[in-house]
Amino acid sequence: MKFQIEDVTVYFPYDHIYPEQYAYMVELKRALDAKGHCLLEMPTGTGKTIALLSLITSYTLSKPSNPIKLLYCTRTVHEMEKTLAELKLLHKYQIQHLGPAARILALGLSSRKNLCINPSVVSAENRDSVDAACRKLTASWVRALAIENPNIPSCEFFENYEKAASDAVLPPGVYTLQDLRVFGKEKGWCPYFLARHMVQFANVVVYSYQYLLDPKVAGIISKEMQRESVVVFDEAHNIDNVCIEALSVSVRKQTLEGATRNLSKMSQEIERFKATDAGRLRAEYNRLVDGLAQRGNLPLADTWLANPALPDDILKEAVPGNIRRAEHFLSVLRRLVQYLKGRLQTENVEKEGPVTFVASINAQVGIDQKMLKFCYDRLHSLMLTLEITDTDEFLHIQTICDFATLVGTYTRGFSIIIEPFDERMPHIPDPVLQLSCHDASLAIKPVFERFQSVVITSGTLSPIDLYPRLLNFNPVVSRSFTMSLTRDCICPMVLTRGSDQLPVSTKFDLRSDPGVERNYGRLLLEMVSVVPDGIVCFFVSYSYMDGIVNSWHESGILKDIMQHKLVFIETQDVVETTLALDNYRKACDCGRGAVFFSVARGKVAEGIDFDRHYGRLVIMFGVPFQYTLSRILLARLEYLRETFQIKEGDFLTFDALRQAAQCVGRVIRSKADYGMMIFADKRYSRHDKRSKLPGWILSHLRDAHLNLSTDMAVHIAREFLRKMAQPYDKTGGSGKKTLLSQEDLEKMGNGNFSDMLF
Amino acid sequence: MTDGQVIKRARYKSSVKDFGVPGVLKMTRERFFFMPNDPKSSARLNVEFRLVKGHKFTKEGSNKQALLNLTVDQGGNYIFEFDTFSDRDACREYVATAIAVSGEAGRAGSERSAAPLQDEQLSHAEMERRIRLLQEDSELQKLHKQLVIGGVLSEAEFWATRKKLLDENASRKSKQQVGLRNDMFHVKPSSDGQSNKVTFNLTPEIIHQIFAEKPAVRQAFLNFVPSKMTEKEFWTKYSRAEYLHSTKNVVVAAAEAAEDDELAVFLKQDDMAASEARRKIRRVDPTLDMEADEGDDYTHLPDHGLSCDGSKDVTDSPYELYRRSLLQELNRHAAVVLEGRAIDVELGDTRSVAEALARSKQDDLTDEVSDGNINQERLDRISRMAEIDDLQAPRDLAVAPLCIKDPRDYFDSQQANAIKSLGDTLAGAKQMKCSLSTAEAYGSLRDYISEIKTSGLNDSIVKPEVALKVLNGLTQSISSTKYHLGKNPHESVLDRLPYVAKQELLHHWMSIQELLKHFWSSYPITTTHLFTKVSRLKDAMSQIYPKLQEIKESVQSDFRHQVSLLVQPMLQALDAAFAHYDADIQKRSAKSGERPNGFV
Repeated sequence: MKFQIEDVTVYFPYDHIYPEQYAYMVELKRALDAKGHCLLEMPTGTGKTIALLSLITSYTLSKPSNPIKLLYCTRTVHEMEKTLAELKLLHKYQIQHLGPAARILALGLSSRKNLCINPSVVSAENRDSVDAACRKLTASWVRALAIENPNIPSCEFFENYEKAASDAVLPPGVYTLQDLRVFGKEKGWCPYFLARHMVQFANVVVYSYQYLLDPKVAGIISKEMQRESVVVFDEAHNIDNVCIEALSVSVRKQTLEGATRNLSKMSQEIERFKATDAGRLRAEYNRLVDGLAQRGNLPLADTWLANPALPDDILKEAVPGNIRRAEHFLSVLRRLVQYLKGRLQTENVEKEGPVTFVASINAQVGIDQKMLKFCYDRLHSLMLTLEITDTDEFLHIQTICDFATLVGTYTRGFSIIIEPFDERMPHIPDPVLQLSCHDASLAIKPVFERFQSVVITSGTLSPIDLYPRLLNFNPVVSRSFTMSLTRDCICPMVLTRGSDQLPVSTKFDLRSDPGVERNYGRLLLEMVSVVPDGIVCFFVSYSYMDGIVNSWHESGILKDIMQHKLVFIETQDVVETTLALDNYRKACDCGRGAVFFSVARGKVAEGIDFDRHYGRLVIMFGVPFQYTLSRILLARLEYLRETFQIKEGDFLTFDALRQAAQCVGRVIRSKADYGMMIFADKRYSRHDKRSKLPGWILSHLRDAHLNLSTDMAVHIAREFLRKMAQPYDKTGGSGKKTLLSQEDLEKMGNGNFSDMLF
Repeated sequence: MTDGQVIKRARYKSSVKDFGVPGVLKMTRERFFFMPNDPKSSARLNVEFRLVKGHKFTKEGSNKQALLNLTVDQGGNYIFEFDTFSDRDACREYVATAIAVSGEAGRAGSERSAAPLQDEQLSHAEMERRIRLLQEDSELQKLHKQLVIGGVLSEAEFWATRKKLLDENASRKSKQQVGLRNDMFHVKPSSDGQSNKVTFNLTPEIIHQIFAEKPAVRQAFLNFVPSKMTEKEFWTKYSRAEYLHSTKNVVVAAAEAAEDDELAVFLKQDDMAASEARRKIRRVDPTLDMEADEGDDYTHLPDHGLSCDGSKDVTDSPYELYRRSLLQELNRHAAVVLEGRAIDVELGDTRSVAEALARSKQDDLTDEVSDGNINQERLDRISRMAEIDDLQAPRDLAVAPLCIKDPRDYFDSQQANAIKSLGDTLAGAKQMKCSLSTAEAYGSLRDYISEIKTSGLNDSIVKPEVALKVLNGLTQSISSTKYHLGKNPHESVLDRLPYVAKQELLHHWMSIQELLKHFWSSYPITTTHLFTKVSRLKDAMSQIYPKLQEIKESVQSDFRHQVSLLVQPMLQALDAAFAHYDADIQKRSAKSGERPNGFV
């Protein structure tokens, strides 16, 4: 359908539209007009992604004079694929209605591991080894050698791509990672470098958060993006965590040992070069005098994870004289490693700020803050000079330099925590030094500054006023939408008691109580016999899940559950989890029905949808609080209290409830869909916890469903499922409209629209 | 069974509760013998299968006896108890065929010779298949008895119209496959409490499951047994490994594995399963593929990011190899159950089970080469999943072919009524004019053309008015019957008839259909064989005719109307056949006058 929002003609690929999608587009349009940032919370299952995509692409189509580029960030690669699939649908529709004028180039971007088509490279185990294997074939010096000596292997795809030079372009269209690989194979061009190149010209780029937030990656991938871009962070409820993770590093004994090995390897190399090609080292020295700015001129294949956490002016500055020479730099690193080793030998937990830490480094081993700040880039330069291609072997020293640069760059918002052992296992010495970032705004600041509009959106952003504080920005639009439902297709319940009327909870004192475990088991057992198709269960942590599954197994409850449905479980092994998910879907597809056990904050909770028959019921066992004794968390809480006046308890509850809401929200995808949500913990019935849930869940949480026991919940589930099985009028019939056709939209002006909705 | 006889150990019992006399049961084609182990016992049997009327057996279950009960014509029965269900099943199958063969032979023995010559030599397998079909379908059996053994049709003629049934694939496909039980095998070591002995129970089912879930164990079995150790030793070792796992003592497991190479195979993590997983992941739906994230996740460089969950892996490397989690096993188990029973091998023989499983995995591998269209399918699926269903018109879903197990059940009332009402409406239709002048034909063609010109060409094959008329004709009497019947949806006309009458009616209906099918398919008559066949069919049909009348009269007056409604189409069909037959005979005799060299 096609309609106007003020001066923009929106092309929307469906015959109908939800009112909240329309409202969402209106708000988004205002933010784009104002060239400002915005924060939008819209319930899951209302087609956020497609509304967003069609508004932004239509906006560009309506204003061809200054096209805006869309940088769409997803949490995971599979979400990237989903987004691109929706974009494909939209693009097809727009081409149909506008003809070739609507053509855009949209592509997904990922690492070499996901894009490489050279069979000898991509077979490598993990991302780092694929990167290294690629460098071994494509680094400029390797290729130079390969020209002289045909026995040195090179990558034909990269060579072809280079030969094609400026002819190597992607024709307009929407490319998923798979499409890129197929295209690359067809043409014989390397899809990874092709995609990296085309990112500059693309109208829509879909990639993962890290390409904008992680300084190591953002530098090479995102530096050439124009200011007139809209950046969208989808599923952004966890964005603060991503931001602080991007700037946190931990150092262990193994890291230091590895770094020492790396250093001796490098000094050997230096000796070798001194003997054979001393000119190279001298050239590097001269280059460093001019500063790091010319790094951009490096051959394409040589670039690696750069560090734009540094302000621009630093890049133009000369590298400090005392680390310009390779030997000197190595000795600085050696001293640093030695110092860190010494710090790790402590017997007590230590915590300090970056300023004191840097001062103590300076005092003890004579490395000043400026030298530390340059470590990462100096190392990079050195490795290039030494022509090191097996970069995956040198991860340890990279970690150390990363740590040094961060510590040297930031003076606030960080703390260094040294723990001699994990306090849950005090008898096993496992010293770790963690540089942990507390301030989410640090990583995202460059993004807010550089781009015209940043859209932060998710199904769960409650309380919506907290995010601007955490991320330190001023949104021009900040809205939370409710959901207009045709029928009560979601049914949240709070289960506080088991079938024996004893309270259930994952609270610390009740957690390992066999009665609670049994009650949880009975709840699931009752539910599997009532609910058809798929059921998803979320547990508070891996260790808790492992424990409870084992105890269910021993008591035979698991066996009874398996009488009704197949059981699949998320494990820490991603390959296995992926297969389990795939099988779970198959089992739901074929009608066998299955249960999926998963972990809140886990990878599955983050991005996998359990819509339609893939999930008719979600059970959240317990409240997914963070591990509150963790010193990193305590340090962050302290920082939040001091800087933003956010109370510890409030933040913890907020964080736990957004995770819980996120987990249960995965169950619904459209208004035709339906699902139940059980919050199985007595603490959910308390007002201070419950009220932190997003509005669209709360509005369906009836008072009668706030304090249920297992048998009552089963009864409600039966009733609900029976009700949902009845035919219904999709458009909402009388009263409020929940599905708008083109006519409806034309009939109402913008004026009376809001009356109609709310 | 292939050598024509079955010999099994069994106990002969006079009643179910009786302990029984142990002995040997031997079955040949014609009879079965029972020889008690104790030669003095009087429980010696020698019975002809001809006398056996039927057999019953107990359901398979863990704590039930494996019983087979043969009922004899005179009212007695023979109960045998077997040691295992597989023995019993072998005997049961043999008995079933033997009863069918001997029963048929006994009854048809005399007429066989009179029946037209058997023009095809049947293979044993073919014969067996036919017998099985007859056993499975009692109606078919009745029909067969009446027509073939009654001499109306030859065996070949009877089956010629049922080629599809005989088609082995078709019959196999229709059979529902039994899936695996979703029951985690978990060795629950049962100790007797006195000694330190631990007992494990393994059944063929469990072994199959172990092989399916743990490819490494399967491979080890194929490698070690019997060259390196006996099967018993193998399983003992396996159980030892399981026991070690159940104690969850990784250190002990590692120590034991170091000493014993074969034991280590069981204790280590399953490399084959892991590599299989790696292979499978390439086919996974990309919107689920979390492994791809791993490749994109720059924050999870080693030592980057925060471990906030506290889910830190405690990996003390030397023992990691021997750690195995229940969660992993559960996933693996559910995947195997979901895959279903992929092999078609008797579970008893461990080695063949292992080999069959290994083979089926091999097949999977070769399949992989040709997965171009799987990819396409996957893409289609993703784009379908991307759509929001209720924002657009529903798309047509792929339809699964309707499979009606018992067509008669489905069509019973409709068919009878439909034919009748069709007859009514057609009778009312105007007479067709068959001799047309050229001008008339031309005129009507012109009309058609102009009609098409004005209304445009539409693709409907049937004119809507005609279609409506047919539909009305078809449904009218259905609805009227429904009206008579009242609201009960499960009741049909037939159900209200007395049972005997209903059975008879249905039977006649079946046989008329069969006869008519053969009758009409014999025209035009080109050989003498066909001629005799037709006359034979006609005779058979004319025998049914009075029987139908009889039924009509025998039922109570309030059903008579309904029955006559039902019978009428049959009579009509028969009449039509007779009329055709007579006309043909007349034509033939007239012709034969002219052409003395023609057929009969």
